[in-house]
Amino acid sequence: MRPLDAIGFAVTSLGGNRVRTLLMLLAMAIGVAAVVLLTGIGNGARLYIVDQFASLGTNLVIVIPGRAETASNTPATLVGETPRDLTLDDARALARSETVRRLTPLSVGEMTIAWRGKERQIPLFGSTASLLEIHHLRLERGTFLPEEDMEIARPVCVIGAKVYRELFGQQNALGELVRLGGFRCRVIGILGSEGRSLGLDTEEMVIVPVAFAQMLLNTEGLFRILIEARDLATIDRLKAHINATIAKRHYGEEDVTIITQDSVLATFDKILQVLTLTVAAIAGISLVVAGILIMNVMLMAVAQRTAEIGLCKALGAGRLQIMALLVTEALLLSAIGGLVGLALGFAGSWLAVQFYPTLNTTPPSWAIAAAFGTALGTGFLFSLLPARRAARLDPIQALARR
Amino acid sequence: MIELREVSRLFTVGGQEVRAMDRVSLDIASGEYLSIMGPSGSGKSTLLNILGLLDTPDSGTYLLQDRDVTHLNDRQLAATRSRTIGFIFQFFHLIPRLTAQQNIELPLLLAGVPQRERRERSRPLIEAFGLAERCHHRPDELSGGQRQRVAIARAVINRPAILLADEPTGNLDRHAGGEIIDLLEGLHRDGLTLVVVTHDPEIGERAARRIRVVDGRIANDSKGP
Repeated sequence: MRPLDAIGFAVTSLGGNRVRTLLMLLAMAIGVAAVVLLTGIGNGARLYIVDQFASLGTNLVIVIPGRAETASNTPATLVGETPRDLTLDDARALARSETVRRLTPLSVGEMTIAWRGKERQIPLFGSTASLLEIHHLRLERGTFLPEEDMEIARPVCVIGAKVYRELFGQQNALGELVRLGGFRCRVIGILGSEGRSLGLDTEEMVIVPVAFAQMLLNTEGLFRILIEARDLATIDRLKAHINATIAKRHYGEEDVTIITQDSVLATFDKILQVLTLTVAAIAGISLVVAGILIMNVMLMAVAQRTAEIGLCKALGAGRLQIMALLVTEALLLSAIGGLVGLALGFAGSWLAVQFYPTLNTTPPSWAIAAAFGTALGTGFLFSLLPARRAARLDPIQALARR
Repeated sequence: MIELREVSRLFTVGGQEVRAMDRVSLDIASGEYLSIMGPSGSGKSTLLNILGLLDTPDSGTYLLQDRDVTHLNDRQLAATRSRTIGFIFQFFHLIPRLTAQQNIELPLLLAGVPQRERRERSRPLIEAFGLAERCHHRPDELSGGQRQRVAIARAVINRPAILLADEPTGNLDRHAGGEIIDLLEGLHRDGLTLVVVTHDPEIGERAARRIRVVDGRIANDSKGP
């Protein structure tokens, strides 16, 4: 039989039982749509997060106290301490290199802020003036931390937009004295409400000079040091400089972990890619379920069409031809179901963008190909058993059925 | 045309061996008109199935057009059936979702004949069998006689050498049955070898050669009026 005739014959037989055909198409379409939509959303989330990171600048280098590869083996890590703290002196020493464009130490802790009887818990960030540019923060009103030596514990603070709203409402906050822990502190600036950066809600944070934060939190150690390299090409030299400086200052121990924005980005990208793949695989299971449905329905169809299959054999169709006819039917179903599924998936992606415009939910081309390919593959695979059964039918017994 | 030599066919029914055909030898010449009669279970359908290559003998030899077809594989059997043999069944066996014309063209479709040629070959048959008005109707819109005419057109569209008819009038009234037999006899007069299995003695007697099968053997083989 010619391929086009085989397709035509398959169309007539699929049209012969419309409800059955529609059910199988629906199952296939839902499976393909699920794969396309879920990978689209997963991919969108990945792009969004990667984009967030990239906006911080890829030449950012983060120095964290303690070595990642040894940290898990030391008893100190069990209580959350690292062998040796990073200090402001370390930061100052690290700043002395032409590979460094900007540097800022970061000290982090929980603190209570209060103003005229109102108070709330806030994440406290101790840093320097450079944080504004390194972290791409936007100042709404007032000024940021003063450009001065990082050892000066000036009692001033810059507050997040939400902290401002909750404490001051519509009133003026600039120049007001708030209470941070046991100290009084003057508000000099209010951050813009651009939302989140690096997983931190900038609306909720309060930033003070790093030396003041160390006093408030009663610690010498820094949470980390953020360094912006002069450019991407100097990152390796900067890393060498960090290691050498730290080793010199920490008695020969290179006990810091250096994270570059690139590596963080790559790690996140990898994790999110695996997550997207996992979600796609889960959706793929629905395609297999659809394949099993096709198999069941085709087994039923073979039983119902026994006489027809017997007739085709009597009229000269061999086993292979009978198999080919049934497999063509299944492939046709899978292909149409797959196309409908792709359309549904794209429609779903479009709808998701209408609700979350920041999410680019365009499904990756590999997911489209994989979803369609899996649909065809399962259709083919699960039609083999019914097709084989049909091909093996004894024409005499088959024709005995009316 | 057809030579059966000592052909036997055994079936196992309920653990017991039943000899549906017992060392049957039969020669059918090209262009012969033969009827096979006998009581139910006598083996006449088994004989027809073996003649039609739908079944293969357990022992003996079958020569079709001087070629030994006893041990052909599935593909060879299918190809030989397609080229040489036309089948007509008691229950027509038309595909319900196809039109009369599509049913008639089915053997050509399976043989990979292009649509234009299929149309060219089915048209004269549709005209000759009086189906022109009904060729775009589906089987459930046709009378019993019309359905059987569609089935006969389907059986001869591949220009087979032999036409095997299994109770072709068994599901028709007397009038329609008579018309069908007239049609088959017309095809025989045009040169086709015709083998009809029937219960009906009146139809059986119309054949030039009559075989009576009893208990898997040919009990009687008579020629002439």
